[in-house]
Amino acid sequence: MKDIIEPYVTPDGRTIGGVLMDMRNITLRFGGVEAIKDISFDIREGEIRAIIGPNGAGKSSMLNVISGFYHPQEGEVWFRGQKRPPMKPFQVARLGIARTFQNIALFEGMTVLDNVMTGRLTHMKSNMLAQAIWRGKAEREEVENREKVERIIDFLEIQAIRKTPVGRLPYGLKKRVELARALAAEPKLLLLDEPMAGMNVEEKEDMSRFILDVNDEFGTTIALIEHDMGVVMDISDRVVVMDYGRKIGDGTPDEVRNNPQVIDAYLGVAHD
Amino acid sequence: MTAPASSGLSSIPALLARNVAQHGGKAAYREKEFGIWQSWTWQEAAYEIDALAAGFLTLGANVGDHIAITGRNRPALYWAMVAAQKVGCVPVPLYADAAAEEIAYALEHCGARFVVAGDQEQVDKIADIRDQLHELDHVIYLDGRGLRKYDHTHMTSYDDLQEAGRKADLMDEVAKRTAALTLEDKCVMLYTSGTTGRPKGVVLSNYNVIETSKNSAEFDHLQPGDEVLAYLPMAWVGDFIFSIGQAMWAGFCVNCPESAETMQTDLREIGPTYFFAPPRVFEQQLTNVMIRMEDAGRFKKWLFHKYMKVGREIGPKLLDGEPVSGMERLQYRLADWLVIGPLKNTLGLSRVRVGYTAGEAIGPEIFDFYRALGINLKQLYGQTEATVFITQQPDGQVRSDTVGVPSPGVEIRIAENGEVFYRSPGVFVEYYKNAESTASTKDAEGWVATGDAGFIEEGTGHLRIIDRAKDVGKMASGALFAPKYVENKLKFYPDILEAVVFGADRDYCTAFINIDLTAVGNWAERNNIAYSSYQELSQHPRVLDTIEAHVTEVNKSVAADGMLAGCQVHRFLVLHKELDADDGEMTRTRKVRRRIVEEKFADLIDALYGGKSEIYTETEVTYEDGRKGKIKATLAIRDAAVQSAEQVAAE
Repeated sequence: MKDIIEPYVTPDGRTIGGVLMDMRNITLRFGGVEAIKDISFDIREGEIRAIIGPNGAGKSSMLNVISGFYHPQEGEVWFRGQKRPPMKPFQVARLGIARTFQNIALFEGMTVLDNVMTGRLTHMKSNMLAQAIWRGKAEREEVENREKVERIIDFLEIQAIRKTPVGRLPYGLKKRVELARALAAEPKLLLLDEPMAGMNVEEKEDMSRFILDVNDEFGTTIALIEHDMGVVMDISDRVVVMDYGRKIGDGTPDEVRNNPQVIDAYLGVAHD
Repeated sequence: MTAPASSGLSSIPALLARNVAQHGGKAAYREKEFGIWQSWTWQEAAYEIDALAAGFLTLGANVGDHIAITGRNRPALYWAMVAAQKVGCVPVPLYADAAAEEIAYALEHCGARFVVAGDQEQVDKIADIRDQLHELDHVIYLDGRGLRKYDHTHMTSYDDLQEAGRKADLMDEVAKRTAALTLEDKCVMLYTSGTTGRPKGVVLSNYNVIETSKNSAEFDHLQPGDEVLAYLPMAWVGDFIFSIGQAMWAGFCVNCPESAETMQTDLREIGPTYFFAPPRVFEQQLTNVMIRMEDAGRFKKWLFHKYMKVGREIGPKLLDGEPVSGMERLQYRLADWLVIGPLKNTLGLSRVRVGYTAGEAIGPEIFDFYRALGINLKQLYGQTEATVFITQQPDGQVRSDTVGVPSPGVEIRIAENGEVFYRSPGVFVEYYKNAESTASTKDAEGWVATGDAGFIEEGTGHLRIIDRAKDVGKMASGALFAPKYVENKLKFYPDILEAVVFGADRDYCTAFINIDLTAVGNWAERNNIAYSSYQELSQHPRVLDTIEAHVTEVNKSVAADGMLAGCQVHRFLVLHKELDADDGEMTRTRKVRRRIVEEKFADLIDALYGGKSEIYTETEVTYEDGRKGKIKATLAIRDAAVQSAEQVAAE
C-alpha cells in the first residue's frame, strides 16, 4: 500500500498536492517486445514531473500510455482517484489531459490562431447547425473561447504571428504554437513529448521559462519527456529515469543525479 | 523668459484636467491587448491616474522624489508619469532594453525611491542591482506574470497600488500637490544615451515642455482627433514630447502596440495621422516593399514601376501646392487608385497628415519614395536639451538635405568653427547633479551648444548639418574631415547598414562597412550565392565587389563637393559582425560610438593604413543574456577608386 501523501510546499513557493495520476505496475508489449516492464510511479498535482532516459528506453511509449493512446497489457492507470478503463484518445482529452508531440502535429495551412482555437474543441458544446447559423449560443461560445485563446497567445508571446499560417513558421515557434494549442484545452495534466528537441540554447531557455510559467500561473500539472538531462534537472520537481523499458531511478533531480544506476545508463560504465 | 500664452496651464496634470473638461468622453489612450484595441477616454485615464497618484502617497512619496519608469510603451506607464507629477514627484523614464548596470547608474544617480516596471524582465534587472541602490524603496510592477513567488515586502502590483490609493482618503493631498505645481517645477528628467561617457540626466521644466508642445503643435496644426502610435522608447525625449507633451496639449489619442514585434500590423490597424519614425524604420519599410516587388509577377511589377514613376513626378508637386495640370491630376488619381493607395494602406500610412523623421540623415531616394506616395514626410533637428525642437521643415518646403528652419521661438547662431548654437523656450534647466557639464553646454545668456557643425543655407534660411562638431577634424594635409557626411552617403545604399569612416590626422580616409543582411541576403538568394553565416556573406567576393562599386560612386559625389574632396574613401573593409549596442559599439538609439569602435578594432585600422590586403582578427561579442563569446575572421581589405582634383576639374 502507498503512504498517505500530504501536500507540501516547494522551496520556490508552489504547493504540490495529492496524487493526480498513479501508474501501477504497467507493462506494455508489442508482440514479443516488452517496451515497458512493470513500471510504477505517480504524478502529483501541481508538479513538473519528467521522464528521462536514453534512446529506446520506452519514454514515448510511457507517455502514450498516460495519454491513453496505448493500452498496457498489465497494470492499472489511476487518474484522480479512479481507475481509468481503456479509453479512446478523445475521451482522455475530455478528462483533462492534453499533449504536444515530438514531431509537431499542427495544421500547417491554418493560421496560428485557428490552430490554437482547435485546442478549445472539447469546450465547444453547440452543434454544427448552430455554428453554421452563428446566432446566440454559438456566437457567445466562440467569443468566450477566443478570449481564452487570446490570453494564451499573450502568455506565450506569439501575438505577432497570430494570423500567420503555421507552415511559414520556424521550428522553435511551431513548438510554442503546439504548446499553446495544448494549453487552450485548459488541461489538468499537460504532457509534453520532447518539448526541446532540436532547439538551440536560447530557444531551450525560452521554452523552459514558458513551462515553468505555465505551471506557476495556471497551476497545470506537467509531465514531460526529455532527452536533454541538463534542462530537465533544472525545471523538474521529480524525475523518473527509464532504461530498456525499466525504471532505474525515481526522485528529486539531486537524488537521480547521484544514483549510480542512472550514471551508468547515461555515461556508460566499464564492467570488470 | 517670456510669459507663455498657456495661461493657467502650468503642468501636465493641469492639461489633463483641461482635456477631461473639454473632451472627457473622447479616446485618449488605446492599447492592443488580447488581439483587441482597448481604449480609455480622458475621463477614464484621469480616474486611473488619480488612483495611482494616491497610491504613490500611500507609499510615502515626497515632493521632489524621483520615480523611475521602465518598460515598453503602455498607457499605464504613461499614466505613471502623470501620476508622479500629480504628487509633486519627477518621472524618470528609462530605456527598457538597457543593461542592468546602465539602469543601476541612472537609479543611483537620481536617487529614485520608486520604480514602476513593466514586467518581470525589468523587475529581475532591478533585483540584480538592488544592493547597489541605497535609496530605492519600492518597485511597482505592471504585468505580474512570473512574479507571484517574489518577495513582496518592497514590491507591489500596479493594480494593488491603485486599489490602495482608491481606499485611502488622500485625494485632497493629491489635489493640493497638483495645484502647487508651477511652470518652473521639474516636469521630467531624461537620461541622454550619451555617445561618450556616462549618461547625463537632462532636467526639463514644465515651462520647457508645455511651451515647446504648444509651439510645435501649432506649427503642424495638431488637434484632437489626431492619432499617434507610441512605439519608440519612452525614455527618449521625442516620445515624451509626442506622447505626453503634444498629446496633452493638443488632446489627441496615443495608441500603444501589442508588442514590439506587432508594431507593423498595429500601425496598419490604427492608421496614425501624425507619425514619427527614425530614418531606419522608413529605410526598412522601403527595403521590404522593394524585396516583395521583386517577387511579384511581371504585370504587377510593370504596374508598380509605371505608377510609382507617375507618383514621383506629381506627388511632391501636389504636396507642395505647386501648379499641376488637369491631365497630371488625373494620372495621379489613377496611380493612387491602382498602386499608391493600396501601398500606403499596407504600410499603415494612409492617413498620415504630418510625418517626421530625425536623428540621422535620410537618403534622398527614401525621401522621394514617401513623398511620391503623397506622404508629407518632413525632417526635424533637435536634441534632448532643447526639448526636441531646434529646426523643422514647414509644409511645402521639404527637402532631403536640410533639417528645416528654426522652430517657433528658437534662435540659431553658428559659431566660427561651424558649431550650431540655439536659444529657445525649450532649453533645459540643467544636467542633474552635474553643474560642470551644465556650464560647459549652456552659457549665461542661455545659448546651448549642439555639438553639431552646420551652416544656414543662403536664400532659403534652412539649416544644413554636416557632422558632429567634435568629429569634424583636419586631415594630415589640413583638408577638412567630416566623416558623418561620407558615412551618410554610403548608408543611402540599401546594401549598407552602417559605415564608419576614419581619417583624422591621416593622409587619406578609410572605412568600415556593415552590410544590411536583409538586402544583401535577399540579393544572394536571387543570385544563387550560398552562405552559412553573416560573416561568410560579408566576405563574399561578389558582395565586396558591389560594396566597392558603391564606395567608388560615393567618392565621385564627395569629390564634387570641393571643400570635402579630401574625404574620399581610399581603402575599406566589410566588418564580420554588425555593430551592436550590446557590445557598446553603438548607443541604444543606434548611433555609432566612434571612439569605442576605434579602440576595439584598432588592429583593423592599422591594417587599413598598413597596406595589407587581408587581416585576421578576433572580436569579443556579448550575447543578449550577457554571456561573452569570440568570433574569429579573416577580412579582405579593398582599395576603391578615388577622383583626383584634376579629374573633378575636367568634368
